Amino acid sequence: MDDWKSNRSVFWTLATPGTFWLLVFFVIPLGFLLILSFSDKAVIDGQVSINEYSYFTGISNYLRAFNADIISIFLRTLWWSGLATLACLVIGYPIAFGICFAPEKWRPLLLLAIILPFWINLLIRTYALKTTLGAKGVINSALGLVGLGPFELLSNTPAVIFGLFYVFLPFMVLPLYSTIERLDRSFLEASLDLGATQAQTFWKITFPLTMPGVVTGIILVFIPCLGMFLISDELGGARSWMIGNVIQTQFGSSNDWPFGAALSFILMFLTFVVLFAQWGYQRRGKAGET
Amino acid sequence: MAALLKPGQGPLEFSRRIWLRTLFVITLLVLYLPIFVLIAFSFNKQNRSGVWKEFTFENYPKAWNNDAIFDAMMNSLTIAFITTIIATIIGTMVAVMLWRFKFPFKPGYEAVMGLPIVIPEICMGVALLMFFNYTGMTEALANAIWPFNLTTIIIAHIAFCFPFVAVVVRSRLVGFNRQLEEASKDLGASEMQTFWKILVPFMKPGLISGALLAFTLSLDDFVITFFTAGPETVTFPVKIYSMVKTGVKYEVNAASTLLIIITIAATVLAMKLQSTDKAGH
Amino acid sequence: MTETIVSVRNVSRRYAGGVTAVDDVSVDILQNEFFALLGPSGCGKTTLLRMISGLDTPSEGAILIGGEDMAYTPPNKRPTNMVFQSYAVFPHMTVADNVAYGLRVTGVPESEVKTRVSEGLEMVKLGHLADRKPDQMSGGQRQRVALARALVKRPKVLLLDEPLSALDAKLRDDMRLELTRLQKTVGITFIIVTHDQDEALSMASRIAVMNKGAIQQIATPAELYEQPSNRFVADFIGKVNMFDAKLIAQKGKTVLCDAKGIGKMEVETSKACPQNLTIAVRPEKLKLAKTEPKGAGLIKASAKVRDVAYYGDWSEVVAELANGDHVSVNVQNDSREGGAGVTHGEKIWVSWQPADSLLLTE
Repeated sequence: MDDWKSNRSVFWTLATPGTFWLLVFFVIPLGFLLILSFSDKAVIDGQVSINEYSYFTGISNYLRAFNADIISIFLRTLWWSGLATLACLVIGYPIAFGICFAPEKWRPLLLLAIILPFWINLLIRTYALKTTLGAKGVINSALGLVGLGPFELLSNTPAVIFGLFYVFLPFMVLPLYSTIERLDRSFLEASLDLGATQAQTFWKITFPLTMPGVVTGIILVFIPCLGMFLISDELGGARSWMIGNVIQTQFGSSNDWPFGAALSFILMFLTFVVLFAQWGYQRRGKAGET
Repeated sequence: MAALLKPGQGPLEFSRRIWLRTLFVITLLVLYLPIFVLIAFSFNKQNRSGVWKEFTFENYPKAWNNDAIFDAMMNSLTIAFITTIIATIIGTMVAVMLWRFKFPFKPGYEAVMGLPIVIPEICMGVALLMFFNYTGMTEALANAIWPFNLTTIIIAHIAFCFPFVAVVVRSRLVGFNRQLEEASKDLGASEMQTFWKILVPFMKPGLISGALLAFTLSLDDFVITFFTAGPETVTFPVKIYSMVKTGVKYEVNAASTLLIIITIAATVLAMKLQSTDKAGH
Repeated sequence: MTETIVSVRNVSRRYAGGVTAVDDVSVDILQNEFFALLGPSGCGKTTLLRMISGLDTPSEGAILIGGEDMAYTPPNKRPTNMVFQSYAVFPHMTVADNVAYGLRVTGVPESEVKTRVSEGLEMVKLGHLADRKPDQMSGGQRQRVALARALVKRPKVLLLDEPLSALDAKLRDDMRLELTRLQKTVGITFIIVTHDQDEALSMASRIAVMNKGAIQQIATPAELYEQPSNRFVADFIGKVNMFDAKLIAQKGKTVLCDAKGIGKMEVETSKACPQNLTIAVRPEKLKLAKTEPKGAGLIKASAKVRDVAYYGDWSEVVAELANGDHVSVNVQNDSREGGAGVTHGEKIWVSWQPADSLLLTE
């Protein structure tokens, strides 16, 4: 690798556009948001202003987040995201595993079949899910033919978790596939040969050795779940709010931007906790190797 | 006594396990059933009940002639197209820079570059919403002529797409043998010539997948667009969002079907490009 | 009479798409022998080994281990253990845990696991590295772990898949001796798969040579070398000069034939011969002379030196016969005069004793 001083003109040519864009359209806006989270709406002539703020008024917005309703929504968001991630792992692992052990010429096609929905617009998929699960949707119509239902398949917690699972499953399968594919088959063969059952082989060899893929998959599913508001909005309903819905409302109908900004930073903080945990796991893995 | 193996079938032939096959088929069914239902209903005659009535093509011309849907679609494609070009260029430059140079605070720089990928979209969306409001960009551009009224959305899309491109291109660059670059310069090529004739052809598969990723991310994005779009500019996902709220129209299904076809075609095309590229190597 | 431990009976392995990896193979492997499956890559030897271990199953046929048909028994229920070509030492476990793995998963009490693991590690001289992780070890050490891991299971048969192929040359020689030593100490049957004839010849008590999914010959190393049963075996094991020959007459065990480039000669055989034969003779059995050699019944031909390759203790001389065919002659460099003492283009004679001719019919 060259030192940047060895060829300054090339370095600056390459570095400037990206750095500029990142700084102006990402770092500075986040800075704005951070400042706003420590501000309050200005009170002008005894009236709370709609769009004027007095800045650096303190941490009141953060303190407001520690109310029972908001905390319960945060906990619910974590819990649902966790369940959806678990569902993705429990279904995605055997799927990825099965694809890896399929005949070689079939593998890309099978993988594509699982991944293809990921390329289809999230809104379209959510919309499709909503119409399929609705009271007059295909599922209830089919059940109706055999004299069952109609069932309430939308506007409830399972619908939201299922929606998250539906949308993020490919994110789990991809990293798992690439890890399991690289796993040397002879480890599994050696385990069986040494007398372990298939189940022992899975839990003592396969799963521990594919742990990096599992962790990546969990991160790729869990983090986007945390910030999701579309699924809970469309498939859940008013009683199924996740933290994303609360934030969205602050910037919409509630028009309480400082509070929304504070909630955004708490959400980002949660994200960083998750990433930090992953980083710690990786470091421990590396430390164990050397 | 454990179950016996079958003739010509070793203990690791999991793909022949019935339960795995069943799980795979069920998962595919779950993944695709809603999409097929959506496509099927794009051929359903509009009615209030929401059940199947009769087969018709009329939703397609209706969607085409529905100005709101048409405009939203055009906006989405325009945004995705411009975003792809700029994000690919910027992302590639960043990738080459990070791959080639070491400089002070590089780990910190890389961490910040990775932030748009990892932080929840909604956080980035509201931050940009504020930024565009405060700087007056939203107001200034709201009534600009097309496509300049899309500027804020495009800026936002580029901001979250180019780090993805950078990651993809950089992972491709890891496999590059730097002696090729040295050889090129040794044979008298300039920095620019070396870049275009040696590095760019090598990066091509990475460029294609990076560009495809940027295109899909942009076309797919709802959250950031939702926050950064002015009141008058609507993209296709935002349009669906508002239409679904007001009741189902099969024109939406028709337009969605078209978009699905466009994305799948783009994916397949990119994969073809990549596989011919691989065959060439 | 030694007992048969593994009996492979009419085993075939066909893959989807019509490829036949192993084609109707039968072989009996005896108690306590060091048995080698030798052949070029793709000959089916590894597939056969994997079918004995249970990691693959025959399309048809029977595999008896200790008298019981285990062709379709899963690998974890078989009294065989394998040393893999890639060693397959579990990277997330220490050496001791690796060796203990096969005992723990089958419920051996922990106190016994401890003693057996330390015995196993002593056996391969790795006692001092018990707490290491595999990625801190050399290839040779990892292989010892794989060996210990398999041996502590006290299998009836130890299977070794190309155990030396990933080691460098010096280590390979050491390991070869070590493996023969181990086999004698533990007293169990070793079946080794290799493509390297030197490995098979130096270690094994018996060798099965395989080609294209079928066994060509099963014999001791010396028999294989001196009495190959067909052209493939003669050519695969060591170097050989082969001459096409036409049958002139067969009287009982004596065959009179005309070898191309050499002339008429008599060879002993016990079989009835077809019209087209091959006469083979090993390069070290050939003698080289500057003048026509004398001797009763000696087979000889004049030739011209084409190439001389010097290998220190011996040289290989390639000579061209009158009809243009080439023969290789190995010459011991037993004086310090330097090499074979012939130069390029020199006219010479090659000759050999009739008893050194091999008659090949297949």
